Amino acid sequence: MSAAEEVVAEGHEAVEAVPKRAMTLGTGTSLVVLAALLIAPVFVKNFIIFQMTMLLIYGLAVLALNILTGGSGQFSLGQSAFYAVGAYTTAVLMEQFNVNYALTLPISGVVCFAFGFLFGQPALRLSGVYLALATFALATAMPQLLKLNFLEHWTGGVQGLVVTKPDAPFGLPMSQDMWLYYFTLVVTLAIYIFSVNLLRSRSGRAFMAIRDNEIAASAMGVDVALYKTLAFGVSAAITGIAGSLGAIAVQFVAPDSYTITLAISLFLGMVVGGVGWLPGSIVGAAFIIFVPNIAEGISKGLSGAVFGVLLFLVIYLVPHGARQVAILGQQIAGKLRKS
Amino acid sequence: MLFERTLRTAALATAVATLACSSALAQKKYDTGASDTEIKIGNIMPYSGPASAYGIIGKTEEAYFKMINDKGGINGRKVNFITYDDAYSPPKAVEQVRKLVESDEVLAVYNPLGTPSNTAIQKYLNAKKIPQLFVATGATKWNDPKNFPWTMGWQPSYQSEAQIYAKWLMKEKPNAKIAILYQNDDFGKDYLKGTKDGLGAKASSMIIMEESYEISEPSIDGHIVKIKAANPDVLLIYTTPKFAAQTIKKTAELNWKPLQILTNVSISVGSVMKPAGFEASQNVLSAAYAKDSTDPQWNNDPGMKKWNEFVDKYLPGADKTDTGMVYGYGAASTLAKVLEMCGDDLTRANLMKQAASLKDFVPDTLLPGVKINTSATDFAPIAQLQMQRFKGEKWELFGEIISGDVASE
Repeated sequence: MSAAEEVVAEGHEAVEAVPKRAMTLGTGTSLVVLAALLIAPVFVKNFIIFQMTMLLIYGLAVLALNILTGGSGQFSLGQSAFYAVGAYTTAVLMEQFNVNYALTLPISGVVCFAFGFLFGQPALRLSGVYLALATFALATAMPQLLKLNFLEHWTGGVQGLVVTKPDAPFGLPMSQDMWLYYFTLVVTLAIYIFSVNLLRSRSGRAFMAIRDNEIAASAMGVDVALYKTLAFGVSAAITGIAGSLGAIAVQFVAPDSYTITLAISLFLGMVVGGVGWLPGSIVGAAFIIFVPNIAEGISKGLSGAVFGVLLFLVIYLVPHGARQVAILGQQIAGKLRKS
Repeated sequence: MLFERTLRTAALATAVATLACSSALAQKKYDTGASDTEIKIGNIMPYSGPASAYGIIGKTEEAYFKMINDKGGINGRKVNFITYDDAYSPPKAVEQVRKLVESDEVLAVYNPLGTPSNTAIQKYLNAKKIPQLFVATGATKWNDPKNFPWTMGWQPSYQSEAQIYAKWLMKEKPNAKIAILYQNDDFGKDYLKGTKDGLGAKASSMIIMEESYEISEPSIDGHIVKIKAANPDVLLIYTTPKFAAQTIKKTAELNWKPLQILTNVSISVGSVMKPAGFEASQNVLSAAYAKDSTDPQWNNDPGMKKWNEFVDKYLPGADKTDTGMVYGYGAASTLAKVLEMCGDDLTRANLMKQAASLKDFVPDTLLPGVKINTSATDFAPIAQLQMQRFKGEKWELFGEIISGDVASE
């Protein structure tokens, strides 16, 4: 019993307590980043716009994991399952039932919230590495579940489903890629603002209290079970919406797209971006999208090894990820201002 | 008068000049990705991830075009072969193909591997009118020139191969009790469908059992025992290499001797028949379209000699039992042939036109008698196979070359 307790305690230590103010960027910096995201697509090729769209989408998925782990202190290696459910919800609704793509987002959000909330119930009994393992099982099972015969009528089985990319509405003079980028940007911003506010609210404080010390939190009157499952639900819902956007951007869903590799990538993105630091999600997403390409450019045969070395360097030099770099930058800027 | 003549002469000169210009233009026509000195060809392969064993195909093709370039290129142009890793993940495939098209600006995407990856990029490439040439998957859907005029397969489709087995069984063993063991994915299901289509009305009476397994299962011994209990006299083995070896071995261990027919995917002597045991493998049937690099009967074959020289020089140290290298060589030489046929008209439309006008082309690595033929309505380059039987330590071909063209749905 004591061994188990130790592991559990370790699990909690791994998530460092982040004060809620430190979870976001200053107003000035936020506006600069927003302006850059708004203007950039005008100057670049469609392919880069597509990559930026994917950046935002993976950013959202990492953000969702960040709320779960950085906010409420629960681990998950099963985010790819929620992502898959979101993607399939959108693909099936769009292709089989002709639902407008924009309407599928809230639907897949609700579906995934329910899925995450329900999964959170049994997961309540687990913490630390045990929870990580349970979610890991979910991620491994998902691609197989999507291949099930009785679902094949809707999901297309192993063949997957091809999704039609939407045109810009109201005859706007925009390419499909650019329209989808701005659409994704609006959704991402809305969810980001919602997340920041959530973590600053009563519920957010309850999440963090549970993260920091479960017993103390329940002594203060926080309904631990409710808030833990709630965190799972919110995280699943956001991941699902990211999955929906991903399905529209990639124009294709198949069980092989949502394997455990995706779950691990998202986990990696969170660690690299900084656990519990929401703006870091975008940095983490950039890492999981671009660094494999860089590694491949260095050596095709050893791309996996090169990626490993790069990852090792990041963890070794900046163990707290992008947050550490940002704090360092702030300190230097502060010093310069004084002198 | 004089003025009029001058004018006339000028007009004539202009006309001649225009004509000369346009004929010069007709000689050399380029789309994005081609120029006087270079042809850019894009490719995606799973160099990492679950299907990374296939990465050798991309490496072979890269080496093949290096050989072509060392010999002076195709019609004086070097082939710039750009290949990226898609890790067998459809979203990554879309990203990499868009990079090839929009950033590297390739003329065509050639031999992308895997049914999921190809499905993910098919709509995009066809919308942009960019050739998706000689895709490396055996699914039947790539032969659909009407709906996807920019997509073309290469190898025989799984369904057409299964039909060949069905035809053979109807002729040789019309009262067979057939059991089918298949992998539970698109690959196995294509074979299942092909077999049923081939048997036609007799399918329901001849097939007494369909047993599927998941690729994640460590061993399929249990399935074999279950099949044996139903007592069929023909066993169709539609599995990937590891499971094929297990199946052949297990049936021998059970002292059970049904007629076994093995999919072409798993006919490697080195990686299937030898591990299963040569004794257990005797009289197993299959069909082939390419030569097996581990089969000694091709030791003096001029085509395979060329292949051996190529591997020794451009892929030193590579494992010659790997069938991926035979595949890559054959596929790459088909593209080289098509590029040569294009001459100086290197437009995407002409590339597809030439790819659809291959007549009796025979790459060095295909079986004698198997020829590549395409037309405006036939986008399945290889559609012929020959039955073979395992004798001693090698495959012995028998019977005629059988054609198994399957029309796309």
